[in-house]
Amino acid sequence: MSSVKDWAAPNPITENRGGLIGKGVDRYEGKLKVTGTAPYAYEVEPPSPPAYGYLVTAPIARGRIARIDAAVAEASPGVHFVWTHHNVPAQASRGSRANPRSQRASNPALVGDRIEYFGQSVAFVVADTFENARAAANLVEVEYAAEPAVVDFAASLDQADQPPGEEDVHIGDFPGAYGSAPVTVDETYVSPVQNHVQMEPVATLAWWDGDKVTVHTSIQMVKGGQHALAETLAIPGDRVHLLTRYIGGGFGGKGQPYDDLILAALGARELGRPVKIAYTRQQMFHGTIHRPAVIMRVRLGAEPDGRLTAFAVEATTHCARNAIFTEHAANFSRNLYAAPNRLTGHRLVKMDLPGAGPMRAPGEAPGMLSLECAMDELAEKLGMDPIELRIRNEPDVDPETGKPFSIRQLVQCLTEGAQRFAWDRRNPKPGQVRDGRWLVGMGMACAIRGNFLLPAKAGVRIDADGTITLRQGMTDIGTGTYTILAQITAETLGVSLDKVKVEIGDSEFPPAPGSGGQFGAATAGSAAYEAGMNLRKALTELAVGDPNSPLYGGPAEYVTFENGLIGIENRTEALAALVARAAPEGVYVEGSISPAADARDYSQHTYGAHFAEVGVDTVTGEVRMRKMFGVFAAGRILNAKTAKSQITGGMIWGVGTALTEGNAVDPRYGSFINQDMAGYLVPSHADIVDLDAIFLDEADDKANPMGIKGVGELGICGAGAAVANAIYNAVGVRLRDYPMTPDKVLAGMIAKGL
Amino acid sequence: MRPFTYERAADALSAVKAVASTPGAKFLAGGTNLLDLMKLDIERPTHLVDVGRLPLAGIESADGGVRLGGAATNSQVAADATVRALYPVLVQAIVSGGSGQLRNKATVGGNLLQRTRCAYFYDTTKPCNKRQPGSGCGALGGLNRNSAIFGASDHCIATHPSDMAVALAALGASVETLSPDGSSRTLAVQDLHRLPGDTPQIETDLVPGELITAVILPPPPKGGQAYAKVRDRASYAGGLASVAVAGGQVAFGAVAHKAWRAEKTEAALAAGASPAEAVEAELADARANGRNAFKIDVIRRLTVATLAEQGRGA
Repeated sequence: MSSVKDWAAPNPITENRGGLIGKGVDRYEGKLKVTGTAPYAYEVEPPSPPAYGYLVTAPIARGRIARIDAAVAEASPGVHFVWTHHNVPAQASRGSRANPRSQRASNPALVGDRIEYFGQSVAFVVADTFENARAAANLVEVEYAAEPAVVDFAASLDQADQPPGEEDVHIGDFPGAYGSAPVTVDETYVSPVQNHVQMEPVATLAWWDGDKVTVHTSIQMVKGGQHALAETLAIPGDRVHLLTRYIGGGFGGKGQPYDDLILAALGARELGRPVKIAYTRQQMFHGTIHRPAVIMRVRLGAEPDGRLTAFAVEATTHCARNAIFTEHAANFSRNLYAAPNRLTGHRLVKMDLPGAGPMRAPGEAPGMLSLECAMDELAEKLGMDPIELRIRNEPDVDPETGKPFSIRQLVQCLTEGAQRFAWDRRNPKPGQVRDGRWLVGMGMACAIRGNFLLPAKAGVRIDADGTITLRQGMTDIGTGTYTILAQITAETLGVSLDKVKVEIGDSEFPPAPGSGGQFGAATAGSAAYEAGMNLRKALTELAVGDPNSPLYGGPAEYVTFENGLIGIENRTEALAALVARAAPEGVYVEGSISPAADARDYSQHTYGAHFAEVGVDTVTGEVRMRKMFGVFAAGRILNAKTAKSQITGGMIWGVGTALTEGNAVDPRYGSFINQDMAGYLVPSHADIVDLDAIFLDEADDKANPMGIKGVGELGICGAGAAVANAIYNAVGVRLRDYPMTPDKVLAGMIAKGL
Repeated sequence: MRPFTYERAADALSAVKAVASTPGAKFLAGGTNLLDLMKLDIERPTHLVDVGRLPLAGIESADGGVRLGGAATNSQVAADATVRALYPVLVQAIVSGGSGQLRNKATVGGNLLQRTRCAYFYDTTKPCNKRQPGSGCGALGGLNRNSAIFGASDHCIATHPSDMAVALAALGASVETLSPDGSSRTLAVQDLHRLPGDTPQIETDLVPGELITAVILPPPPKGGQAYAKVRDRASYAGGLASVAVAGGQVAFGAVAHKAWRAEKTEAALAAGASPAEAVEAELADARANGRNAFKIDVIRRLTVATLAEQGRGA
């Protein structure tokens, strides 16, 4: 295995002679997307006209199907077939894995009469048109035997348990230190269920050629989808060809396969023609995962000078009874502030709700809504600026593990941000700044999110015309993956961007783990870099060994790749000319990346600081953003434009988290109240008026060969807390229950006599 | 699909006759609400009569007021120079509703006849007396933050979602209709919609086939006009509560099964009461249903503030 020390030497990416690394180049696939010509899974042209699938879903939270009769639906116009648990084709049992190396286990659909959550699929209709399928779905007769269900989180906290295999982390003596701390905060914060509401719903188009199925689907992990389908159908993995070329948002919600993937494949096999299915917007809310609600108790004990002596973050959350998932809302706090006596841990309630699962910055996104407000509350008790409080608790080493940081510029983010945002405008006393009917306030919060590198491969070929093609079983969920892979490949090989093609989202390409956990760019990009370096070696050998090349005889160690030329000393040759002459069939090589053996010797994260200015309408309690600014340190930035888009997109999610986004369960039914985008409110353009972010210069040479880190999740971390703190500064109302809608703000104002 | 037939009406009278004579028929104008509801299997028309292209889109001055054609789009009305000069409250209300795309399609008549946004009406797995009479009201005892505080019943606590209708109510506007027998009538906007009572599925006093051909705006009352809407986000969100003021005339939105003309507030104002006293006169009739109690506070504060601002502006 490699060592992080291997990554310290200069390389084509860190030298960046072509200047492509960091440049804000336009999206590789941008033109296709804005002209509506990028085919998403449901829109791919199949080899013959498809049939259309539609799901029937359960209206109860728990129980069983007492009777299901599809006769009327089957007789409905255009219907090819209707499947229920009585007649769905055989599938491998849930969770089974014939191939122990499969990344995902079997995930059968419609099996059995049990209902485990509202919105679970109970029947699948396939018809000649979408409309006929949908109309027939309404005709499937189902009777349910409902059973008592645990669906009310707040009323079920007595069932909270330690998550399986986890223990609380105790360091020092928290109870003792907290008990003797001169200044303390003990508050509880609540964040609601949130939904991903990707623009594109999950969708699959499938067809068969002999015993091999081709699926175009919307999924963040190519291999995970391929393996899940193969395991479910009990066929070898290489008989599933999975493609996911364009994805209209994932955010973690498409990290796993759903019934569309399995049923489209089974349906296409049954019919002998392509079948496609997309979830409706309503089905997305219950039929896919959500971020669970979290109740977070934070206890801080500090000396009068602000030094934390006691620190506890405890999170209680929920998941589906048969799909264990823990929203690790306390984990981030283990690496953020120094404090000698610490307690962090999680509790989990198993409920009869749809599956809880990862959503943009799982853990941090809800978790930071608690501690970053509690720090604001502590700062006020101490009479200290909240930025100063953080700086006083800046650790020299990881506060939990004692490991050195790979690089940590949190304080620089805070000070740079304070200066650029003009934090000194803030009146620390709440409720002092009036603008007509509005009270204006400012708040800040820190951001932290882990950085990861996973194993990945990539392939790269150069053809005789000089075209270089990067191929990888990677996905682009709207983040800019296509673009940064093109930049890395072009920079590594010293060619212009227009010479590079990127082909991803295909299970037959060298595998990468996909998009998630903000590990995509570092992981897939490092493999692309390694493939590019291997192609440099192959082309060098080709040139040095070719008597017809001006580079013949070397010395190979002085080779350069610049401006489309391969050169040694003062001799150069065009790459295209070399390949056309010496390898007219082209040259293809692969490269791979793995985590360094000593990567875990360092505490490695991305950091940031959020600054928010809000106005609160003193009449109505409406909160409107006035300004939001962030400073982030996230390693070397590959693309100024797509990175900023990612970071500001995360900040906008933070605004939604603070002000509008959330779902509630109606405990009588076990269903979410908001099932469309008229009810589940994400920020609109008018909500985001003045938003900007910058990145600090940084390279993390412990992260990967390129010194880059992830930016996909960092922007949301802490963003909502900065808004919440700004609301407090504006009106002096401290809300601890997200989102902070006008009803809640107004109640707080009325209680204060405002 | 659930089959239905479609015809493009040649003229208003034949449209009215077609709908009146065909069981389950409905008018189609902008379609911004009806088509959504059809996709959700909530509206199940057997026949659609498209009135969107009838020559009913004119906006004309009449008797010191303005006549808005029933098929004029919301965008047209909000951009009309005369409307902007005489009825700023109407313009403010219209542009606070929906989105630009929706306003480009939505019509005057269709806006008035849009259906509630109550989540229990939209979720077909839930009881709803409006969607399925006799099934119960899911919103009662449920997550009913958006429900009515005025005029609700044990059968329905839904609200009417229109912003435009609130301004029209405050302006004392009327609708002009065409009936299947060819006769025309006018009725005040606040009399167009019914309170839910025990028949919340019947939302207006229109007879089957009766078509809204125009909205008649009387000359604007003396005094300032303003529309103020409270919502969770800055744009493209239904109101939590709204207030329209036109001179001494006041209406509330998102608080009842109809745009709520605050007649007790108006009477108190006319009698010399302060804005605070005047709004309390109306709020004496308000009833909270659990999670919507904040609407009473919002209406109280918003009305007082809007009247005060109107007073300063006048």
